[in-house]
Amino acid sequence: MTAIALKSLRRAFGSFVAVKDIDLTIEDGKFVVLLGPSGCGKTTTLRMIAGLEMPSAGQILLDSADVTYVRPRDRDIAMVFQLFALYPHMTVRENLAFPLENERLKRAEIERRIADTTAMLRIDHLLNSRTGGLSGGDRQRVALGRAIVRQPKAFLMDEPLGTLDAEFRELMCIELRKLHNRLRTTTVFVTHDQDEAMALADHIVVMKDGEIQQSDTPEGIYTFPATMFVANFIGRPPMNFLTVEGAVQAGATDVQVAGQAVKIPTLRGSAARAVIGIRPSQLRVSDTGTLAGKIVAAEFFGSHQIATLTTDAGTVKVETDRNARLTPGQTLRLRLETERIVLFDAESEKLLASDTSLARAFGGYHG
Amino acid sequence: MSWPLKPMPLTPVPGPLEPRPWTRRIAGMLVIAYALISLIPLAWIVLTSFRTPEDAISYPPKVLAEPSLVGYVNLFTTRTRVTPEQMAAAPPAQSWYESLIRDQGMLMAGPSRFFDRYVNSLIVGFGSTFLAIVLGTMTAYALSRFKVPGKNDLLFFILSTRMMPPIAIAIPVFLMYREVGLNDTYLGLTLLYTVVNLSLSVWLLKGFMDEIPREYEEAAMVDGYSRFQAFIKIVLPQAATGIATTSIFCLIFAWNEYAFALLLTSGNAQTAPPFIPTIIGEGGLDWAAMAAGTTLFLLPVLVFTVLLRKHLLRGITFGAIRK
Repeated sequence: MTAIALKSLRRAFGSFVAVKDIDLTIEDGKFVVLLGPSGCGKTTTLRMIAGLEMPSAGQILLDSADVTYVRPRDRDIAMVFQLFALYPHMTVRENLAFPLENERLKRAEIERRIADTTAMLRIDHLLNSRTGGLSGGDRQRVALGRAIVRQPKAFLMDEPLGTLDAEFRELMCIELRKLHNRLRTTTVFVTHDQDEAMALADHIVVMKDGEIQQSDTPEGIYTFPATMFVANFIGRPPMNFLTVEGAVQAGATDVQVAGQAVKIPTLRGSAARAVIGIRPSQLRVSDTGTLAGKIVAAEFFGSHQIATLTTDAGTVKVETDRNARLTPGQTLRLRLETERIVLFDAESEKLLASDTSLARAFGGYHG
Repeated sequence: MSWPLKPMPLTPVPGPLEPRPWTRRIAGMLVIAYALISLIPLAWIVLTSFRTPEDAISYPPKVLAEPSLVGYVNLFTTRTRVTPEQMAAAPPAQSWYESLIRDQGMLMAGPSRFFDRYVNSLIVGFGSTFLAIVLGTMTAYALSRFKVPGKNDLLFFILSTRMMPPIAIAIPVFLMYREVGLNDTYLGLTLLYTVVNLSLSVWLLKGFMDEIPREYEEAAMVDGYSRFQAFIKIVLPQAATGIATTSIFCLIFAWNEYAFALLLTSGNAQTAPPFIPTIIGEGGLDWAAMAAGTTLFLLPVLVFTVLLRKHLLRGITFGAIRK
């Protein structure tokens, strides 16, 4: 059981800085997901924790021991690679035994651990097969098994579900989460897939261009995105942005959007130009709504529909009832749920503090 | 259409890229013809090795002559011609090969140096192959995995050592070897062949190393192994095909090399290639013995290649089919 701390960690490749002085504390036993688009530095960060990549500056602490320049073999961390990296010239059993063989464990202990692990992952029937002929899912399990048998201080996973098909990925997500609930080993998981991140994480770290945008629970990331990037990256469809007319001041309880006053949670920050952020599910179609929009397109998803509307404040997407009749060209009126509105400073693209976001930060916010 | 319908014969329809049957047949015949033509000299050598020295030089040549082991016996022995009286005075022949020698009116004087030369060839050939492979795998791995300043220039430099025929530097090498005392030593010849083979081995093996995903070693390193252990336990087994292919090429070069062996060795470390043509019989070259020597000389490379054949074929097409 281990806590991992990164202190002003930096990695530069020539003039390109892949990871820009990030600070991050990963608590003991947590499942933490590094989430971001490709090239955001999440994999580089993971590889630095593993010791496969040397930082240009900064520190990595495992349980307050400085391992920044310690060789990977001496860190006692297990890693699952995107392409599994199962040794093709070995059987499943040999693959699982490989990390144990130079730990001077007794033969019986190795056998016991392999038996436990394979039973847990339900791959005991594969022990004597070569890894080359296994299906994607079985390879995934063997790769996980090779990490688990070692009983390491932490697991690092580099997009391990990336090569699986969608259906199986969902299944593996559930299994991974169950596994974590059972083992409670600190896990750092890298992905660019928000669904995976939401399903798995205790804590999500959203990265962009080598910087941490936000580090929070999945719920916090979804409800109070720290930046417009996060708001746009998370959620399907992403958060709507509506331009606010005029400057906003601390203490304001309503703002002007498309010529109408919209009630907002009491603001605790001010900005010269601001943007309202609201999730498609928190816009209600209502005859008394303040925002009028013309339907451009409607998509049917079975459990709900997503309508795309053009309004005077910009294009918005609205989640509507599955039975609603939506015809392109039709005008709808929308009501914004005050409690769920967040505001961003349009200049810095950062979240403006409000009563709701502060209440949450101090533990007073529920749902 | 008439009922009942006759069942359609299930003739396979060839795909657009598949050769037509007659194309296939012509290709097959060409390959067989090529194989026969290249095998004729070899067959002639093997046949000659089983003839008597007289049959070997008879005119018109005899394709099928009485098989005889005289060539092999002569290859391994030295003999002296004696008068009939001396022959009669000699003690009776001790073995079948002594009788074969006496049938030619000669007495065995002792073993020839062929066996030593053959052993020299084995030492130098396999020794230099081993060295070229050991150094080559490590160099190739380093060039494939690490950031080496001026890597491309280095690789070009390594390749450039093969841009002239090695024999072009024979005289400087000879003078240098004389100066440092490497003339006529195993070490001298082994080193020379290693150096010549090294560029080939580095280039071939680098290609193979590049194909091995580095995640394998990284996994091993995270799993508690050092980079060197990962190299030995993970990379080498995966590079087996490349190593097999490369060692065959290296061995063939070192085994067959003639010019340097002739120039740099004489009494002590001489290999078989410069020795075989010097086998002199009575009144001329002993063609049967030479053919016998050549036949035996072919065997190790043949055995080595057959043993690694599976790898060799995979090796040649390697990289062509993988993504």
